[in-house]
Amino acid sequence: MSQVKFTKDHEWVRLEGDVATVGITEYAQAQLGDVVFVEVPDAGLKVSQGADAAVVESVKAASEVYAPMSGEITEGNSALGDNPALVNEAPEGEGWFFKMTLSEPQELDALMDEAGYAAYVKELG
Amino acid sequence: MRYLPLTQSDRQEMLSKIGVATIDDLFVDVPQAARLSQPVDLPSHASEMNVERHLSALASENVAASSVPFFVGGGAYKHHVPSTVDYIIQRSEFLTSYTPYQPEITQGTLQYLFEFQTQVAELTGMEVANASMYDGSTSAGEAVLMAHRVTRRSKAVISGRLHPHYRGVIENLSEMGGFSLDCVPTTVSGEEKLGERIDDQTSCVVVQYPDFFGSVDDFTALAQTAHDRGALLIVVFTEVVALGALRAPGDMGADIVVGEGQSIGNGLNFGGPYVGLFATRQKFMRQMPGRLCGETVDQDGQRGYVLTLSTREQHIRRDKATSNICTNSGLCALAFTVHMTLLGGAGLTQLATINHERMLALVDKLSPMVTPINKTFFNEITVRLPKPAHEVVEALASRGVLGGIDVARLCPEADLADHLLIAATETVTEADMDKFACSLQEVLS
Repeated sequence: MSQVKFTKDHEWVRLEGDVATVGITEYAQAQLGDVVFVEVPDAGLKVSQGADAAVVESVKAASEVYAPMSGEITEGNSALGDNPALVNEAPEGEGWFFKMTLSEPQELDALMDEAGYAAYVKELG
Repeated sequence: MRYLPLTQSDRQEMLSKIGVATIDDLFVDVPQAARLSQPVDLPSHASEMNVERHLSALASENVAASSVPFFVGGGAYKHHVPSTVDYIIQRSEFLTSYTPYQPEITQGTLQYLFEFQTQVAELTGMEVANASMYDGSTSAGEAVLMAHRVTRRSKAVISGRLHPHYRGVIENLSEMGGFSLDCVPTTVSGEEKLGERIDDQTSCVVVQYPDFFGSVDDFTALAQTAHDRGALLIVVFTEVVALGALRAPGDMGADIVVGEGQSIGNGLNFGGPYVGLFATRQKFMRQMPGRLCGETVDQDGQRGYVLTLSTREQHIRRDKATSNICTNSGLCALAFTVHMTLLGGAGLTQLATINHERMLALVDKLSPMVTPINKTFFNEITVRLPKPAHEVVEALASRGVLGGIDVARLCPEADLADHLLIAATETVTEADMDKFACSLQEVLS
């Protein structure tokens, strides 16, 4: 039982039980190009919705990855340290950024679902 | 468009456009006491020849470092700079070049920056060095900020034997950045027990090597203690020539090594411009401030150089950049690189050895009048005088000897009014030392 939601900043969130997994979308990785470095947060970091949580650096740009919801980081994806290209290969799978517990689960309701995000991306052209 | 000075009506038009009555209204934020109430009292005009004559007369009242026996150090050292250095740095390709953003037209600049980084990394015993900072003190400040980023902690422990100006820069940055400092009271000798001050909020311990008073310590145990407690060890130097003879800070376990590069390739320059050196471990590379130049190959497989990891920098990362340093001391870094290249590894060791031998010879000549408090030293020592050091410095100067630094002038809060800091480099001759010893004898008797 899981649901996936999306933000306007092109993060995805998959909630499984109490833990949400966060990454960047297929669209975001395609826009960034080859990812060369990722900095993920340490477990225990408390974040509020919209705060900087991770950094993704590609050959074109460096960008922040924001916390899509408020809560506490439980794990950063250490695999990205050695292999940042996972973000390009499987952005919505092995290339996840961090896991977190939610302090304000209702924040999830305001995020887009898959169809909503698809429409949003289409609008961006 | 021709460039013409502004007329009164131009000024008036601009003032009324922005809505103020007079030019003085633009400066209301400056405290009244700091503003001029009337024009500076200067003669209205004089011929160029007369101005030159007047300024020369004023300048001749100075005692220039190069004109007398000179034993002043304390963070700025008078070394011989080969004339080749000036010749090369004045080539217009180097002298007028701007930041090498376009590698296709700036390979010369990029190559010397890469060589500079390589030299700094080798000297400090570290894995990566940047393409220079403004000077030693700002490098030290940036090192503390970097340690905060790496450890996500916010307190720095500062040795009481760090150059007081360097400590001042760190204090300024910490005050503005909201970080806290634990500054150890200044003492010339004895154990500082810095390791005991590290708690779970401490990001780094900052020590100087050789320290402000000239002593050379082994920080291996301190590095271990810092690491055990999750903090970094920052080693600062003000006399880079010392690294030609001493064990590299990297070999002691330092995490960040920073310092002043003036001694190599650069004159005293009235205190600046100087060049800051900055080196660290590869694992902390992305938290470094400043430019980094990297070696690569072009599409034909030929060696080439580019600026790299620029995403740390403010022109890309804006407010999230690791530092706001933009322009650096490129020409001073070039002078450093040229001089270091001329010296080579063996030459640097030889230069360092000569410096230490000069100081040993001086200690011999000044003994038993005064003897070093330091148990160890490189080319600088601290002595205790039977009278206030500022009087001795003045009396020596009036005899044509610049005999060192009154420690209390730089460390007014410490009770060190009778302490004198003395340096001797390769530029000091036998006759200089005799003159110093003889004058000191007169002054102290």
